[in-house]
Amino acid sequence: MEMAKQETYDIMAVCLLAGKIMLQSGAETYRVEDTMMRIASSFGAYQSHPYVTPTGILFSVEGNEPTKTKLIRIVERTTDLEKVAQVNGISRRISAGEFTIEEAYKELKKIGESGSPYSLWIHVLAAAVSSGCFLIMFQGEWRDFFPAFITGGLGFLSLLYFHQLVPIKFFSEFSASLLIGLQALFFVSTGIGGELDKIIIGSVMPLVPGLLITNAVRDLMAGHLISGLAKGADAFLTAFAIGAGIAVIFSFF
Amino acid sequence: MTIVEQIITSFIASAAFVIIFNGPKRSLFHCGLVGMIGWMFYFLLETNGVDMVLATVIASFTIAIASQYFAKKYKTPVIIYSVAGIIPLVPGGIAYNAMRSFVENDYNLAINLAAKAFMISGSIAIGLVFSEVINQIIRKSKLKTIVNKTH
Repeated sequence: MEMAKQETYDIMAVCLLAGKIMLQSGAETYRVEDTMMRIASSFGAYQSHPYVTPTGILFSVEGNEPTKTKLIRIVERTTDLEKVAQVNGISRRISAGEFTIEEAYKELKKIGESGSPYSLWIHVLAAAVSSGCFLIMFQGEWRDFFPAFITGGLGFLSLLYFHQLVPIKFFSEFSASLLIGLQALFFVSTGIGGELDKIIIGSVMPLVPGLLITNAVRDLMAGHLISGLAKGADAFLTAFAIGAGIAVIFSFF
Repeated sequence: MTIVEQIITSFIASAAFVIIFNGPKRSLFHCGLVGMIGWMFYFLLETNGVDMVLATVIASFTIAIASQYFAKKYKTPVIIYSVAGIIPLVPGGIAYNAMRSFVENDYNLAINLAAKAFMISGSIAIGLVFSEVINQIIRKSKLKTIVNKTH
């Protein structure tokens, strides 16, 4: 009896860790719930009920003993698709019966503690390159490529820096887009850049909440109304922060 | 010339976005491909006079199908591919112009543009959902044929 009880708790720990990593890395709600249920049932807990919201996970397992329920809080959310893919892979292997409970826990722990697969400078470079490319995609001139490259890169770097300084998303996004506006204004007024609008639109793209929008819609359609609305609100707030930052530039100049 | 330019930049931009989102290295190429396919559908339709909203629906539908194909083939979550494809379609330019009009006190134009941005976001969603529905129908109909065979 005591053994079985402990095992149920161990299964729950594995499921919750997997769910936590996925949710923090930006997976869709239905995927998190599905993964948790799959892991639980492949370890023998056939009756489980995960309830996932963007800010916390409730997980309950029914068995012969009284039902056990655990709650964990999710505070920090980032985007790390590599981790989503990795946990997904682990869950597949658990379903195939390749892991014991302890092994699975250890593997998941390793994934949770691993850092980003790319260094900071690769991130900034990617943001810079994509800003330049978006400028061309939105019918900008090639001579504006360089200003958009610099503006987008520095804007993204400042987003990361401000977020470290004050961990309030709205503030860091607002400041980053303010800086992007200032830089674009500088490039245009010195004659290096041509079209102010195009440069700003291109450079703002790395800040755009594309993942959140897609996730919000998928959650809503899958019937996860609370998660969908919460993510939609998050996306709207981000869009508003970016817009407000740019708006400040326009109202002054 | 513009088409070559668009193909190359949309590929690079989508792949670069996956790097920003910490996507798996081995799927970078495929994500770039998905983004490129979606953007080319949108771009060609839009430049040939198709309405922006309809062009977005078709493009996002194509993106969703391509992402589901890659997700099945490489056994990775579908979101990795669909996000890369969706990003270029997000109406950043229109939302920007709407914001600008608001600040410049041109509310008529601002509301106009904001409504358009909202419509386009909605059509991205519709395209994604359509393909999801079709995917499920195909899966279920397959299941039925299997059941019928075994009986």
